[in-house]
Amino acid sequence: MTVRTAELLMAIMMGAFSIYLMVKSNELPIGWIEDEGPGGGTWPFWLATIMLISCVGIAFNWARKHGPIASSTKTYIEAHVLVDVAAVAIALIITVGLFSVIGIYGSLPLFLIFYLRILGKHSWKLTTILAVLIPVFIFYFFEITLNIILPKGLTEPLFIPLYRIFL
Amino acid sequence: MFETLELLGNGFITVFEPLNLALIVGGCALGLFIGAMPGLGSVNGVAILLPLTFLVPPTGAIIFLAAIYYGAMYGGAISSIMLGIPGASTAVATTFDGRPLAKQGLADKALTGAAVASFVGGSISVVLFTFFAPPLAHVALVFGAPEEFALMMLAFATFVGLGGDDIFKTIFSIAIGLVLSAIGFDIISGEPRLVLWDITGFLHGINFLVLAIGIYGIGEMLWTVEENALGGGKSMLSKATVTVARTMTNLRELVSTWKTMLMGSVLGYFVGILPAAGATPGSLMAYGIAKQMSKEPEKFGNGAIEGVVAPEAANNAASTGSMLPMLTLGIPGSPTTAILLGGMVIWGLEPGPRLFTDHSEFVWGLIASLYAANLFAVIINIAFIPVFIQILKTPFTILAPIIFILCLIGGYAPTQDMHDVWLMLVFGIVGYLMRKLDYPLAPAVLAIVLGPLAEPALRQSLIISDGSFAIFFNRTYSGPIMIAALLLLFLPLFKIIYNKVRNKPS
Repeated sequence: MTVRTAELLMAIMMGAFSIYLMVKSNELPIGWIEDEGPGGGTWPFWLATIMLISCVGIAFNWARKHGPIASSTKTYIEAHVLVDVAAVAIALIITVGLFSVIGIYGSLPLFLIFYLRILGKHSWKLTTILAVLIPVFIFYFFEITLNIILPKGLTEPLFIPLYRIFL
Repeated sequence: MFETLELLGNGFITVFEPLNLALIVGGCALGLFIGAMPGLGSVNGVAILLPLTFLVPPTGAIIFLAAIYYGAMYGGAISSIMLGIPGASTAVATTFDGRPLAKQGLADKALTGAAVASFVGGSISVVLFTFFAPPLAHVALVFGAPEEFALMMLAFATFVGLGGDDIFKTIFSIAIGLVLSAIGFDIISGEPRLVLWDITGFLHGINFLVLAIGIYGIGEMLWTVEENALGGGKSMLSKATVTVARTMTNLRELVSTWKTMLMGSVLGYFVGILPAAGATPGSLMAYGIAKQMSKEPEKFGNGAIEGVVAPEAANNAASTGSMLPMLTLGIPGSPTTAILLGGMVIWGLEPGPRLFTDHSEFVWGLIASLYAANLFAVIINIAFIPVFIQILKTPFTILAPIIFILCLIGGYAPTQDMHDVWLMLVFGIVGYLMRKLDYPLAPAVLAIVLGPLAEPALRQSLIISDGSFAIFFNRTYSGPIMIAALLLLFLPLFKIIYNKVRNKPS
């Protein structure tokens, strides 16, 4: 896909999102209410309209090939870049998905092992050290010092003794 | 005048509390490190680390974040000079002459020049700040809802008029940021509003940090993953010889560049005050003017030390300048200060001119901390130049997962809702795809912070005037501000017409 095609696709998607926002804003009054001023939907409705007009403007510039992006025939994301970026993005999505299943202390080490060992090709020694130390630091800093309880999923019972010690 | 000095004195008492002093030193060191990392700048550091500051009181938190901001401005020069890659966009101009100097084996000269210039820029601008801020805050005390709204319009209009990005994309970015900030509940009627796809997570609105960390954390890191994939991960680190004797010689040689430093500092400060402008254009302008001022302009681009000191003085001065509208008017002067402003709201402080009277200790503690941070940053910077050069050798594949993890937890911590973590990932990935198409994203972050302030200001103004927009134009302060905003908004249109008329005869 070229940058030029991506430009049009993005404008269409964002234009559709703008229309959705306009419809959604309309659930609250978008006009003037006597003694109350503008209704609750007015502000987002007109802003979403401005978004839509901007998307039409972007599409117009696309049609007349105006500007470096609208006239670019380069590839939007090169294949070897896509592999790297997608690997990281998918790893992040899986990691977050696992937060509620095996908890943050199950998924973060997996993410670290994947990134350091498979993407970074670092030694097992370094990978293991970081995959253990970083979650320990996070537990100590966030849960004990800041009192922010992070999601643990199924591993919750394992932490009850630790809570007894620290909290 | 004396009152200002007295308040500043009180600020120094706050700064010299052991905790705050430790936060400044720690913040400066961390900022230097973040700034030195290619791809990461002050805005990324402040966005990712803001959730960590819930631990300390508001004054300590802002001091820490301001020190990171400051340190990052110093640190940006390190990778510009050593790698030829700007550590942050604010240090782009530093590569022009910093890199040639490094290639000639004079990296230490460029690094010392950058540090000293940053110090001069920081010092001059913080003095200007101290004496400009209280009168401006005093004037702003009479501001009502129409003036507040006009000021926000002016902030957005500067992005359109001076931002230099595609006009439609800039306007889109502002509008989407404002709409995202309207999600949750209608502030006046209390009814649920824009609960997208009826997902209940949207009922508590979108925290600005979710967008900021999404764009500046996840999105920026994906961008850096791409750059690494394109660059093949090869290191281009220059060699640097650092000895005490050489440093002393370098410092002596810098004295002759005082005029350039002074110009960069004053210019940077005033450009920094403008919302859309800030440190990057400020430093590029300073570079251009330094070249014109120079007796040997042909040396520029081939390793002129003036070409390093001018942008470095300017970008530090601009970072201080951008705090002026944030503290006095409640309008941030840069994406980083937008995040600081959002932080102030989280800490329970209401941004705006009343901050100077209601939370004097907070404001003056911050101002005094800028003096201290400036001093610590230059000392840490010069003393640890060899250490920072070593840090640049840390492989990206070790830093990246750590930063990603900080982002994920940073997105979760403020609300402790998994919905926000998912949303942050969506913003990060979509933001990355949009950035590849040159959508400016800083206006969206500014807008999501200002949105909750802009809407009530507009609605209150319209209630006062019974629906007439004339209220924005017929008041002493809001009139000129609104006209300036409209002129900036239409500036790109004037430019097109002007160019067409000029080109016709030829």
